[in-house]
Order: sequence, then C-alpha cells, then structure tokens
Amino acid sequence: MSFIELQNVYKIYKNGVTAVADMNLKINKGDFVFVIGHTACGKSTLIKMLYREEKPTKGSVYVGGINVAKLKNSKVYKLRRKIGIVFQDYKLLPKLTAYENVAFVLQSYGYKESEIKPKVIEALSRVGLKEKLRSFPDEMSGGEQQRVCIARAIVNKPKVLVCDEPTGNLDPDTSKEIMNVLSNINKEMGTTIIMATHDRDIVNRMKKRVVVIKNGVLAGDYEKGSYKVDEAH
Amino acid sequence: MKPIRILIRSVSSAFKSVVRNLSLSIASISCIIITLILVAFAILLSANVNNFTKDIEGDLTVVVFVNKDATDENIEDLKKNIDVVPNIKEITYKSKDQMKEEMQKENEAFDKIMSEWKEGENPLQPCFIILVNDIESIGETANTIKNLEHVDIVKYGEGMVERLVSIFDIVKKVTIVAVVALVFVTAFLISNTIKITIYSRKNEIDIMRLVGTSNMVIKLPFLFEGLFLGILGSIIPVLVTIYGYVFFYDKMGGVLFTDIISLIEPYNFVFQISGALVIIGAIVGMYGSYKSVRKYLKI
Repeated sequence: MSFIELQNVYKIYKNGVTAVADMNLKINKGDFVFVIGHTACGKSTLIKMLYREEKPTKGSVYVGGINVAKLKNSKVYKLRRKIGIVFQDYKLLPKLTAYENVAFVLQSYGYKESEIKPKVIEALSRVGLKEKLRSFPDEMSGGEQQRVCIARAIVNKPKVLVCDEPTGNLDPDTSKEIMNVLSNINKEMGTTIIMATHDRDIVNRMKKRVVVIKNGVLAGDYEKGSYKVDEAH
Repeated sequence: MKPIRILIRSVSSAFKSVVRNLSLSIASISCIIITLILVAFAILLSANVNNFTKDIEGDLTVVVFVNKDATDENIEDLKKNIDVVPNIKEITYKSKDQMKEEMQKENEAFDKIMSEWKEGENPLQPCFIILVNDIESIGETANTIKNLEHVDIVKYGEGMVERLVSIFDIVKKVTIVAVVALVFVTAFLISNTIKITIYSRKNEIDIMRLVGTSNMVIKLPFLFEGLFLGILGSIIPVLVTIYGYVFFYDKMGGVLFTDIISLIEPYNFVFQISGALVIIGAIVGMYGSYKSVRKYLKI
C-alpha cells in the first residue's frame, strides 16, 4: 500500500452536491504532488479528507496505513499530529509572537519548555525567520506570516505536509520564496507534500507530479514535469 | 509528567482568560455573588426551620390520663395495649404520687396546697407520657389511644402543633425549591459566560484542533475557567454568611422573637454553610462550563 491512498472515494454533501466522485489516488512517501483544478472542483475537499476535516461519504482514505475515514472523532488529533497543515490565510494567533505561534502547538501536546525551544528555533530557522522570533503577525509581511504557518506545520516533524493554496494570497515573488521553502522541506526532511493550488506558473516551474481534478473527478495524473497548463484548462 | 504539565498550562490559560475577559468575568462573578448570597440565606433559613421543627417535635408528647378506678393490673394491661398502637416511640408511666411530687417541685403554690393533702388523699390521676415517631399523625395516634379501655382523657398539642409543623414544612420545601432554582440560574449564567469565551477564542480553538491538540487539552481550560468563576463568586457570599449570621445571632440573643424558637449556634454552622457555598460555586461553575463546552465545542 502507498503512503497515501484513496480508494473509490466519494464525498457528497448534505445539500446533494457531489464534491468528490470515485477518486482513486496513490501517493508515495517523500513525493511532492500538486493538486490543481478550477475553484470548487473538489480539491479542497480532497485535501480536507486527508486530515479528516471532512469525512468521505464512501470509500477509504489511507494515510500512513490508517484508514482516516474510519477514524473515531476522539482519535483524530493523533492523526493530525502526523500531518502538518499550511493554510491560505495562515491562521496565526494575532496576540502571539512568531515564536509563540509555533511553540503553542508543542505546548498543547504537553512538551517541556526545554524541549520546545530548540524545536521551535529549528523550525523557524528552516523557513528563514530566525531573526523574527519576537515579531507579531501584524509586524510581518504576508510571506513571512506564511512562513510562520509553515514552521508551525513542520515543528513536530510530520510525515506529510498538506498545503491548501499556500500562495493564494501572495505576490509571484513571495510565492516563489514559499515554494523554495516547501521544496527544501521536501528534500531535506523527506516530508511528503500535497499542495492544492491555482497557480499555473508555480506548477509549470516546479516540475512535480500533478493531479488534475475536474468537477470532483480525477481528470489527469501527470508524472514529474509532464504536465502542461493547457491540458487542465 | 505530561498530564501535570497540561494541567498546569490549562489552569494558567483559564486564569489568563478570566483576566483577559475581565468585564465579562466580573459580570458573571457578580451574578454568582448575588445568587450564592440568596442560596446562603435559603440554606440558613431552611436549616433553622429544621432545627425549630426538631426542637418542637422533641418536646411534643401525648399525655394519657388513666381512669381513677383503674387497678394496677388494669394499668399494666393498658400499657400493653398502648404499646401495640402504631407510631409510639416511648412510653413513660407516672403514678399519682409521682405526679404530685413533680407538681410540688415545679410550683410553690401547688406545693403549699398539695402538702396539706392527707396521706392517701390524692385526687390526681395516674398517666402515661407518650412520645411519637411521626408528629404529623399525632392526632390519629391520640384518637386510637382514647378508645382504649381505662383511658379517661388524652391530651396533646391539638391542631396548633400540627399547623406549626406543617407551616415549617412548607417553608422548608419552598426554600429547597428556591435553592435548586437559583443553582440552575447560576449554572446558566456561567454557561453563558463560557459560551462567549468560546466564541471569542474560536480562532484559537480551530487552530488547536487542526494542529492535533487533544480534545481534553482544548476543553480543560474552559472547565477550569468555570471552576474559577464559581470559586471567585463564592468568596463574598462566604464572608456575608459568616459575619452576617454571627451578627444576627448576637443581635437576636440566639433566639427568634421567643425563647421557644432557638437559632442554631453560629460556630461551626457558618463554616459548614461556607464550605457548602464554595462547593456549590465550584460544581455549578464546572457544570455551567461543561454544558457550554459540550454544546459549543463540538470537536
């Protein structure tokens, strides 16, 4: 079995909308995969099913051998400790500094302060924010805030990093910086990265595996660098 | 060690939240103060009423006067017959001579008159003094005894006592209902405060959920916050109870209007009530926040 595997997955919302239909997908450990498609094509639903924010209506979603679809609500937190999540809107706490925003994850896991400090500094250094430990979110640029979000996602060294349009709110140059950070994490830490995006330039430039979704159905799965923009649009 | 660290962080986070949402916390605590003072008043009243009832019940007896012509054997038979009447707790027999002696001791005038009686000349009647188990059916018991052989007259509080006891009973029931209602009002207020706290920290809770914080760690600070609010809100009611009741007791001289109705002594009574208030505050605080956490923190 692959590290991440979707088997005949359906997601039908209560209002009758089918967000994902008969999805089959395999992602190996250490892969970097883009999930692309139009707005409301189902890519966010797919991403959310990986960390059990959404439960599939039918089918199985395996992450690291665990069928996430069958996971009890009370055990979901254990899954999420193995998955780092990067959001489009960063989701930082405005009253906490960059350091505190990252440390707060480990504090909530019950780590000792002496264990937390080196881990947080390492995570913030990896995203190039060692000098901004004491800055508050409103004192940082969008790109910097996104890097804090990435540092928070990787501080517990997760096996998977799920990114839901992480460059959606950023200009092209800053987006490039963020992609470099993610690429380095993938290479240096061996973290599997699944990234939903709209950004054609990034997808074309990075030359990674691309999964195309159209109206909730898997419309294409392209190996590294074989994807061309025109095919999806 | 991990659970202890999580517990300490939850307590500190709860404390910070009480301070951070100070105006809301003060509003909540004020409501708790008012309700707990009312609860304290209700408990004090109810306990004292209970005390009066017990005092009266303890003193209440049925006196059965035996026919003058009854022989010792008849009296022995009557005692056996009374013994089998339901609701009898204790029977004491008093002979004519005992009655005379007691009356002489009690009252000087009686003593003077009775001491002039010749030997063998005693117009008093022997009697049985009876204590009953259930004061409310004392009338029924007295009637049953009245129909027994060799019984002349049966005397007891006749109505007045039962009325008093039943009034006390109503007061007691009303105060209990009031206490329960007030406790629920307090729980609702706390639950409302916690609800607002949960909403104000929704962002933080969402992030915690997404980064894999366990449900218990997310919920604990809110439960502690309710607990803190409950305990903080009980401080003033405790002080009011201790100083207020001691002052009242001293001012009234330990009785309520008449010597028959004595108040419960303040020590350790006020400390027991204070303990109860803190416990009620804490439990109600926890319960209120638990309700909100369950309802608004669906994880």
